[in-house]
Amino acid sequence: MKGPVKNSKRVTSAYQSMTFSRRMLLAGGAQVAVGGVLIGRLGWLSVAENEHYQLLSESNRVQLIIVPPRRGWIVDRKGKPIAINRSDFRVDIIPEQIEDTEQTLKTLAHLLDLSVDDVDRILKDMKAARGYQPVQVAENVPYENYAKVVVRLPELPGVQPMRGFSRFYPDGPAVAHLVGFVGAASAKDYERDKNPLLITPGFKIGKDGLEKTLEDRLRGTPGGQRVELTARGKLVRELEPKPDRSGNTVKLTIDQGLQQYVARRMGDQSGALVAMDVASGDLLAFVSMPAYDPNSFSGGIGRTEWRMLSENDHIPLLNKVTQGLYPSGSTIKPAMALAFLKQGVDPKRRVFCPGGLRIGNRYFRCDAAHGSMDMHSAIERSCNTYFWATGLITDPEQTTEMVQYLGYGQQFDLPIPTQRFGTMPSPEWLLKKYQRKWQGYDTANTSIGQGYVLINPMQLAVMPARLASGKLLAPRLLMAGERKPITGLDVDPTHLEFVQKAMAAVVNEHGTAVGSKLLLDGIQMAGKTGTAQVFKLGARGHQSSWALRDHALFIAFAPVDRPRFAMGCIIEHGGFGASAAAPIVRDSMTYLFDQQKAMDALAPLEAQWGGTLAERNARQAAQFKALAAAKLVRTT
Amino acid sequence: MISSAIIPQPLAKLPWRLIFLVAGIAMIGLMTLYSAAGGSIRPWALKQAITFLVFLCIAISMSWVKESTIKSIAFPLYGAVLVMLVMVELLGFVTKGAQRWLDVGFIRLQPSEFMKPAIVLVLARFYDLLPAGDIRKWRAIWPAVALIGVPAVLILVQPDLGTCMMVLLGGITMMFIAGVPMRLFLAGAAAVAVAAPIAFSMMHDYQRKRVFIFMDPESDPLGAGYHISQSKIAIGSGGIFGKGFLNGSQSHLDYLPEGHTDFAFATMVEEWGLVGGLLVIFAFGAVIRWGMMVSLNAKSRFAQLAAAGLSATIFFYVSINLMMVMGLAPVVGIPLPLVSFGGSAVMTVMLCLGMLMALERQQRTTSKLA
Repeated sequence: MKGPVKNSKRVTSAYQSMTFSRRMLLAGGAQVAVGGVLIGRLGWLSVAENEHYQLLSESNRVQLIIVPPRRGWIVDRKGKPIAINRSDFRVDIIPEQIEDTEQTLKTLAHLLDLSVDDVDRILKDMKAARGYQPVQVAENVPYENYAKVVVRLPELPGVQPMRGFSRFYPDGPAVAHLVGFVGAASAKDYERDKNPLLITPGFKIGKDGLEKTLEDRLRGTPGGQRVELTARGKLVRELEPKPDRSGNTVKLTIDQGLQQYVARRMGDQSGALVAMDVASGDLLAFVSMPAYDPNSFSGGIGRTEWRMLSENDHIPLLNKVTQGLYPSGSTIKPAMALAFLKQGVDPKRRVFCPGGLRIGNRYFRCDAAHGSMDMHSAIERSCNTYFWATGLITDPEQTTEMVQYLGYGQQFDLPIPTQRFGTMPSPEWLLKKYQRKWQGYDTANTSIGQGYVLINPMQLAVMPARLASGKLLAPRLLMAGERKPITGLDVDPTHLEFVQKAMAAVVNEHGTAVGSKLLLDGIQMAGKTGTAQVFKLGARGHQSSWALRDHALFIAFAPVDRPRFAMGCIIEHGGFGASAAAPIVRDSMTYLFDQQKAMDALAPLEAQWGGTLAERNARQAAQFKALAAAKLVRTT
Repeated sequence: MISSAIIPQPLAKLPWRLIFLVAGIAMIGLMTLYSAAGGSIRPWALKQAITFLVFLCIAISMSWVKESTIKSIAFPLYGAVLVMLVMVELLGFVTKGAQRWLDVGFIRLQPSEFMKPAIVLVLARFYDLLPAGDIRKWRAIWPAVALIGVPAVLILVQPDLGTCMMVLLGGITMMFIAGVPMRLFLAGAAAVAVAAPIAFSMMHDYQRKRVFIFMDPESDPLGAGYHISQSKIAIGSGGIFGKGFLNGSQSHLDYLPEGHTDFAFATMVEEWGLVGGLLVIFAFGAVIRWGMMVSLNAKSRFAQLAAAGLSATIFFYVSINLMMVMGLAPVVGIPLPLVSFGGSAVMTVMLCLGMLMALERQQRTTSKLA
C-alpha cells in the first residue's frame, strides 16, 4: 500500500490476497492443532491408559461360568453322615442359545412334567438373566425324565441337562431342627453380598439351624469355567477351567444313632429331648419333634406342604429345644434342695403335708397328702408342701441364684440361630420387670417351677448334667471347637451327693418315676419328674382337650454311681411327667448302654403308631402331594 | 509428477502422490472391513472396494473438468441440491417418517451428502463475485448466512445433526477464508460460550443426561455411553503395535458397536495399535495438506476459496469422526471417509478430491501457458 489510494479495487485486491494468506495460515494452524490433539489423544489412550483398557477388554472377552462347590458334610461324633450330598439330575437352559423359546419350553414342560407355575417362573428368570447366565428349569429330575431330555437334545439347542448335587439328610425329620435346611438364596441375600455364586442355578445356602450358622465352613470355594463370549452371549471357545473346592466337613458332638432313636421314640408326640455327655458337655441328642422333612425343603417346599406344617398344632416348624419355653415344674426341685442346703436348711427337718398349704389368704393344694416329709422324701415323692414351706423360710434371691447357676434361665453359646432362654424369677427381677414386691406366693410358685419360671429344653439337660458331674458344664455341638476348661461347681460335695441320692430314689425306690427304672443289670438312672401346668393351678388331672393338658417333663442322669449321660425331656401336653416323659428318657438312656434292648422296646410302640418315623414321614409326604394335586385340580 | 518416456503424457500428468495416498487409506479401510467381517471380503470389503474404484475413476475423470465449468455450475448445483432437500422433507412429511434419501430407481440419493461440496462451491462463487471492497460490508455476510442457514436447517430437521454440523462448519470456514471480519468470528465464539450454559440450563433432563454421558461415558457403560466406552476400550487395549490383524477381540466379539461403519477407526487401531492409527492420521494429514497447497497455489480467487473449502470438508470429516471415536466429541454419526463402510462418504470425499485435482491441473496448465 503506497500512499493515497487511487484505484481502490487493485489495492483491496492486494489486501484481499494478504487476508487470504493470513486466514489460510490460521486455518492450517488450527488444522494442525486439531491433528496434534488427535494424535495426543490416541497416544494417551493406547500408551498411557493401555493397561487399564487392556484389562477392560479382557474382562469383556472372558467371562467366568461359576461351578458351584459341593457343600461340606455334617457328620456325627463317630463320622456317621447327618447331612451329605446326593448326586442328582438337573436341567438348565441358556436363554441366549435357545432358538425357539416357546417350542423349547413346551417340549421341556411335556418331558419334565412342569406345571404352569414352573413355566411362569422360568420365563421370569429368563428375562432377568444376562448373557451366558443359565436359568434353572428343574432339579431333582427323575432319571427317566432326564434321559428323555438327553435323547432329544439335538432338537433342543440351549438346553443343558446336568448332573448336580443336592443336599440329603438320611435321617430326615429326626435332624431337622438340629441342622436346619438349605435353599436357594433369596433376592435379599444377593442384595447383601452381590456374590454371583448366589444366583447360580442349583446353588443352595443354609437357611436355618447349623446349615445357616456354619455356612462359611460348609460352603467351599466355587470353581469356574472361563469362556470367551461375544457381547450377545454366544460361546466362542472354552478356556482352561478352575476347579472348585468343596466345603469342609463339620463334625458334631451328636450321636446319630441316639438322635434317630429319640426322634423315633417320641412317636407322634410334640416335645423335645436333649442328651448330654456328663464328662465334656457334648450334646449327644438334640431332638425337637415333630419336625418337617429338611429334604423336601432343599428343593423348595410346596405351598400345600408349607400350609399343612404351619397349621399343625404340634408346631413342627418350631425348634422346641432352643425356642420352646415351658414352666420347669417339679424338675426344679433338686436345684431348690441344693439351694436350701446351701442356706443351712437341715435336710432332716420335717414338714407335715396335709395335702396343701395356706400362704396369705390363698390355699395351695399339693398332689396328695404326703404326711411328714424330710428333704429326701420330698424330692423322691415330689411333695410341693415341703418346698413351699421351706421356700418361705429361705431367701428367694439366693435360691434363684443357685437355680440359675445350675442352668435354668441361662443362655448358652451354641451355633444355633435363635435361642430363647426363659426366665428364672428373683425379687430383684420382679421389681424391675413388674414394679412389684416379691410375695410369699411368688416364693411358692417359684419353688415348684411354676409362676414366672420359664425354661427351654436345653437347660433341662444342662441341669441334671451339672448336678450329676458337679461341674459347670456347658453344652457343645461342634467337635472341632476349642474346649473351654470345665470348672467344678461351687457347692458342698456332701450337698450334691444328697441331691443325687434323692434323685436316684425318685426312679429306683418309692419315687414318682419308679415305672421308668432302667431294665439293665447294674446300671441305675436318677431323675426327677415334672408336670407343668398349662391351664391353671388347681385344675389338674385328666383334661379331655389335648391343648389344655399339662406338659410332662423329666430330667435324668445315669449311671447313678458314676454318671456318664444326662438328659432333659419335655412332652407337650403329655400329662404327668412320670407317664409321658420319663419312659422316653428311660428308653433313650437304655439305647446308650444297650442298643438292642432299646430297639426291642421301640418295636411294639412303632407297630402301634403305624410304622417307623421314616415310613410315617413317607406317608405324610405322599399325603401332601395328593392334597396339592387335589387342590390344583380344584382350582383349575 | 512421474516423468518417464514409457508412460503416456495424460497418465503421467495425474497427481500420483495423492492417488497413492488415497489408495493407501482405502486399502487400510478394506483390510479393516475384511477383519470386521471375521476375515471375509463379504459383506463389506468387496462392495466397498468396488465403490471406491468407481468413485476413484470418477474423480480422475473429473480432473479434466475446467475451472470455468465448475464455476458455472456452482449456483445451479446448489439450487438443485436444495430442491432435493426440500423434496426429501416433503416425502418424509407424506410418509410420516424420517427420510434422508430420494429413490431415483437405480440409486438412492442422499442430498444432504451433496450439500457438503455444494455449499463450498456456492460460497466460493459468491465471494468470487463479491467486489473486493465489499468484504467488510453487510452484504458480504447476509447472503452467505442465508446460503448456509437454509440447507443447515433443512438437514437438521431430517434429523441429521452430524451432516448439519459439517455444512455449518464448511460454510463458516468459507466465510473465514474469504476474509469476513475477524471480530464477527470472535463475537460468534463468545456468543456460543455464553449461550452454552444458558442452553444447558434450559435443556430437558434427558438432553442433559446426554451431555453428561458424553463427558463421562463410563457413568453409563451399558446404556447411552456404551458406544464411546467400548470404542475407547478397543483403541486403548490395542497398545502401540495392536493385537494383530484379525485378532481384535472387541470388534470380533461384537462388543464394539458399528465396528465397520462409524467406529471403523477403533476396529483398525485395536488390531494395528498406535502405529496404525498414526499412519491413518498422517495419511489424511498429507491429503488435506495437498488440498491446502492447491488452494495456496491457485491463481483465481474462486480456485483459492474452493480448494480451501473442499480440503476443509475432508478435514472436518476426518477430525469429527476421530474425536467422536476417541471420546472427544459426542456420537453424531459421521463416518471416517474411505475407511468406514458406506458409499456416501466415499462419494463426497472423492467428489471433493476430483474437483481439487481439476483445480490443480488448471494451475499447472495455466502456469505452463504463462
